[in-house]
Amino acid sequence: MPSSNDCDALPAEALPVGIKVLIAGGFGVGKTTFVNTLSEIEPLSTEEMLTAVSAATDRLDGVENKATTTVALDFGRITLSPSHVLYLFGTPGQERFWFMWDELSEGALGAVVLADTRRLEHSFAAVDFFERRGIPFVVAVNEFDGAHRYHAEEVRTALDLRQEVPVALCDARVQRTGIRVLLELIQHLITTRSSHGSDTAPPLLRT
Amino acid sequence: MPPVLPEGPLTDEAVGRLVRPYTVSDGRTRATSHFTLVTVVRATGVQTQGTFGLEHAQVLALCESPVSVAEVAARMQVPAAVVKVLLSDLAEGGAVVAGQARPPSADHYALPDRDLLEAVRDALLKRL
Ligand SMILES: Nc1nc2c(ncn2[C@@H]2O[C@H](COP(=O)(O)OP(=O)(O)O)[C@@H](O)[C@H]2O)c(=O)[nH]1
Ligand SMILES: [Mg+2]
Repeated sequence: MPSSNDCDALPAEALPVGIKVLIAGGFGVGKTTFVNTLSEIEPLSTEEMLTAVSAATDRLDGVENKATTTVALDFGRITLSPSHVLYLFGTPGQERFWFMWDELSEGALGAVVLADTRRLEHSFAAVDFFERRGIPFVVAVNEFDGAHRYHAEEVRTALDLRQEVPVALCDARVQRTGIRVLLELIQHLITTRSSHGSDTAPPLLRT
Repeated sequence: MPPVLPEGPLTDEAVGRLVRPYTVSDGRTRATSHFTLVTVVRATGVQTQGTFGLEHAQVLALCESPVSVAEVAARMQVPAAVVKVLLSDLAEGGAVVAGQARPPSADHYALPDRDLLEAVRDALLKRL
């Protein structure tokens, strides 16, 4: 890659880096609400092709001649800076769409698993998915009105989370609490880097 | 633009729209691996000679300023896989440029660079 002070920098270098974070959890847990609360653009959803499993991501081979059904994904945008844009994707809650998650999680920075304490079991599957694939995640307890308030530690035990997985409380309708959840995820990634010894060398010169 | 799908418990059920990618990609295949859902693209203004269709023109119009592949797909209401095909046609002729996105790492998760994480963290902190 040419250095950033190259005067003849390609125009593409002026484009921001797109960063993906997944918002997962069972049906009705508040994924759509969470994404829309944080997004600076109006609610949008994009479609992915249902028959376009991994192999077909890069090419349309095999789906060319078939009509194919699609599944909708909520997504939202947070422009962090001129060089970084964060995109939040609400994963389809139903298990029959889970094969899509593999594709969706490719290249993701990490995930937020939303949980509703009235039906924590709805988020088991999402926790399991990210654990199996080694994708870092945080659990965010969406505090619905009238639901019993649990301590983070009770949720950790109920979901059988490893000690290092952060558990945060949030209200999916409140932007500030959503930002805190995203910060928990980023801090978790930074901590994981450090504890893996990936950062033993001092960072290179920063501008 | 209003939300594409209705509110309420039907949201996750409200799928199954039939699409024919064949018509838009005219039966050819292109490698589209350099486009992800979060790749940011922008039209360059470069005129190309290709015989592009209406869909290509729509994509170009939607990316006059930087926009992600997912947003283009949502606004056109076509699957992202189709948009990637259209974009790769346009990029080939220089009509569109693409920014970077974390490449999908084949079968295991790779932790992002610390610089990236710190930039994201600092930007989020400013929004608290
Ligand atoms: N009281 C309360 N209601 C919420 C909260 N988050 C979501 N809801 C409501 O719960 C319902 C399901 O939320 P939704 O975002 O559609 O869930 P999804 O199926 O995970 O996308 C909607 O009617 C929301 O308005 C919350 O934090 N508190
Ligand atoms: Mg939803």
